[in-house]
Amino acid sequence: MIVSLGLLLLCQLLGEVLARALSLPLPGPIIGMMLMLCLLLLRDKVAAITPQELRDGTLETTSQSILAHLSLLFVPAGVGVVQRLDLFITHGAALVVALLLSTILALLAGLATFRLIARLTGDKAEGRE
Amino acid sequence: MSQDFALWVYLSHTPLLWLTVTICAYLIADRASLYLQRHPLANPVLHSVWILGLVLSLTQTPYRTYFEGAQFVHFMLGPATVALAVPLYANRAIVMRAIPPMLGALLVGGTVALVSAVLIAQALGVPKDVLISLAPKSVTGAVGMAVAESMGGDPALTAVLVISTGIIGAIIVTPLFNLTGVTDMRARGFAAGVAAHGIGTARAFQVSALAGTFSGIGMGLNAILTPILAPLLLPLLLK
Repeated sequence: MIVSLGLLLLCQLLGEVLARALSLPLPGPIIGMMLMLCLLLLRDKVAAITPQELRDGTLETTSQSILAHLSLLFVPAGVGVVQRLDLFITHGAALVVALLLSTILALLAGLATFRLIARLTGDKAEGRE
Repeated sequence: MSQDFALWVYLSHTPLLWLTVTICAYLIADRASLYLQRHPLANPVLHSVWILGLVLSLTQTPYRTYFEGAQFVHFMLGPATVALAVPLYANRAIVMRAIPPMLGALLVGGTVALVSAVLIAQALGVPKDVLISLAPKSVTGAVGMAVAESMGGDPALTAVLVISTGIIGAIIVTPLFNLTGVTDMRARGFAAGVAAHGIGTARAFQVSALAGTFSGIGMGLNAILTPILAPLLLPLLLK
């Protein structure tokens, strides 16, 4: 598990370094995610030199147990919101209405576009569970 | 009494206390959410947040003190984002086939998120500097704050609006999409990630691993799109 955690951190660190060194308009962790994806793809090609943890499913288990509690990780920032509710209150209900309506519109627009293009490109509605 | 006070002084100055309280509050909220079969209104982020807010205000603890403990949880957001590569890899064949619909949904969903928020708030009389802070509300925290700051907005307000959008999105996404009758978990997850970033993604993982995977991609891609869109669209929208 420590190897897996180390790899996640290493990818993030490299992501942060790349983002800064090349002034990429992307957050370091997202570049780290791409690096981890490359690492996983590479693992299939050069199985002999990859560490045990990358092949026996430990990385998968570690990642899944972090992602299963993704909600927890937003809690500290969320508590910060409670402390700054004054920012919200000064602009009254207008912001709440804008957030609510805009989120509904954005969700529906994204969903409809995805389905429309999927259908146009002859997609047989995969992803049904 | 003074003994109790000495204990409190000790506890309130160690990160241990607020780290433990954060995890306990989350466990209560998460168990309740599980018990209610992941009902949208039993959102674990929402309920952990108000429980902790209440505890902090009752103990008169400043956020700074709280965050010294909670920062260890907050820190894990980075490695968790990297960990999204694992479900992405596992579903890579499905993801590769869905590139055209994803790009379309990204462009339309990301644009609607930004334009509709600014136009609705403007029509309701929200001042211009707040509109700038509102524009990147659908994009993940750090990126949204950077966008707002570069355009003369208030990053603290953006942080509040980003988290609120995430919680609103996570609560409404399931009932809203059930109304549409769309059962494609790729489309549902992706739209949630574009509109409601990581908190939407956390919700999507509660619903299905495939929805979570696509939501993570939506979040990541919108973190690329919104910093490009905001400087292009805002001057056209603001009167």
